[in-house]
Amino acid sequence: MEQQAEVMGKVVEILRPFVKNADALSSVSMETSILKDLKVNSARLVDIVLEIEDAFGIAVSDEQADQVKTVGDAVTLIMKTGKA
Amino acid sequence: MSDRRVVVTGMGVLAPNAHGLEAFAGALRAGKSGIRFHQHLADAKFGCQVGGIPEGVDELQGRYLSQEELLAMNPNMVYAAIAAIDAWTDAGLERSTEKVDWDTGAIIGTGIGGIDTIAEKLAPRVDQGKVGRLGSTMVEQIMSSGNSARVAGLLGLGNQVTTNSSACNTGTEAVIDAFFRVREGRAERMLAGGSEGSSKYIWAGFDGMKVLNRTKNGAPAEASRPMSASAAGFVPGSGAGVLVLESLESARARGARIYAEVLGGDVNCGGHRMGGSMTAPNPVSVQRCIRAAVRMAGVQPREIGAINGHLTATFADPHEVANWSKALELKPDEMPLLHSTKSLIGHALGAAGGIECVASVLELHHGFVHGSANCDDLHPDIAPFERRVARRTVELPLEVIAKASFGFGDVNGCVVFRKWKS
Repeated sequence: MEQQAEVMGKVVEILRPFVKNADALSSVSMETSILKDLKVNSARLVDIVLEIEDAFGIAVSDEQADQVKTVGDAVTLIMKTGKA
Repeated sequence: MSDRRVVVTGMGVLAPNAHGLEAFAGALRAGKSGIRFHQHLADAKFGCQVGGIPEGVDELQGRYLSQEELLAMNPNMVYAAIAAIDAWTDAGLERSTEKVDWDTGAIIGTGIGGIDTIAEKLAPRVDQGKVGRLGSTMVEQIMSSGNSARVAGLLGLGNQVTTNSSACNTGTEAVIDAFFRVREGRAERMLAGGSEGSSKYIWAGFDGMKVLNRTKNGAPAEASRPMSASAAGFVPGSGAGVLVLESLESARARGARIYAEVLGGDVNCGGHRMGGSMTAPNPVSVQRCIRAAVRMAGVQPREIGAINGHLTATFADPHEVANWSKALELKPDEMPLLHSTKSLIGHALGAAGGIECVASVLELHHGFVHGSANCDDLHPDIAPFERRVARRTVELPLEVIAKASFGFGDVNGCVVFRKWKS
């Protein structure tokens, strides 16, 4: 299983094309809100989840996807799903 | 608030032979062709393997649009956005990331729309049972209004924002509809014009109809031949042309530079009667449309210095010229100078009227009529008009120009511009 920092780095790169507030990426943390802080269009969460599935070889259910609010939520989900 | 005067205060153009007003005016004057051979058309076994595609857009789009915006934009939307942003800037208008401009709207049409997105992304995934992997960006690229909707977001437009579609009349119809909206006082400014992408999927249906020229694949610059005896079908084109139409009082209040006044315009349909059909114009409706536009403009036919015609290089060209002559009640030698911008850029379908209205206003502004290429061998039915066909660029103090478009569906549009004199 990849370390948290490594997973987070990959998540940030997946998020990068979708963010409207690029400055917020430079100080990104586990608590950073994908919608409020990074200003990602909420409709694009679907695309982000698809890219996470491809990048980490996991399947994310709709219910799990709905729980992803922060960068940390995505990282935790990836690490948990990966372990499972 | 009715019958207000409407003027053109800004323009943007992304054409196969140039991007930007200065380059486009120069390309028109110089007779620069934007028609090229395209290997991907040959690979798909098109009969017509030449076309007009704006060049350098991959590099250009990054200067206008963010990576996030480009994720959900096909070429049709990108072309519209570049032309609209250019028009906005040219009009001296400010871009705000916060404010909504309730007084400005957009009618930016398209003929075929996002069929390339459907063909390349949506249909294959649906057919493979992968609907769940379509992502979020399909609808905004395939909804007909995607091009104008994106522009609304880029510029913060708060008035009417819509996409019209009337085949090859689309861009001209958009200008006329926007003219009426400003004239009636429902908006202070409207962005108006058209855009069309450059995909083989957009063009294939026309190739299948055998209405594209398949005789000049080895000589692309000679392929688009309006008014020529050797015209053998049109050459597909693409791009976008957008004008900022504004009430005269608004333009004056903010000290805007004014290119031209929109004097009048009309749109109609031939009802697929009297020789008209889905693919051919009813000549009576064409003449009625021209007459109505000129009547509304309040000018005498002899005051019209030039006609930027529809003139696509099909069998319809001689009929179009005859219709102009009848509608204006002018003998061949009395006619305005006839020319076709399509001879240089091809037929940009839903974008044609927008790009060609920009061309017409540039001609008024700078005082020239660009040469209509590839008609040295004039069609015999147009031969009586030979002295009034602008085969080479003419410098002249143009005062009034008429622009018309005629589209599949038997639909027509004609708009009359006058050079602005302060």
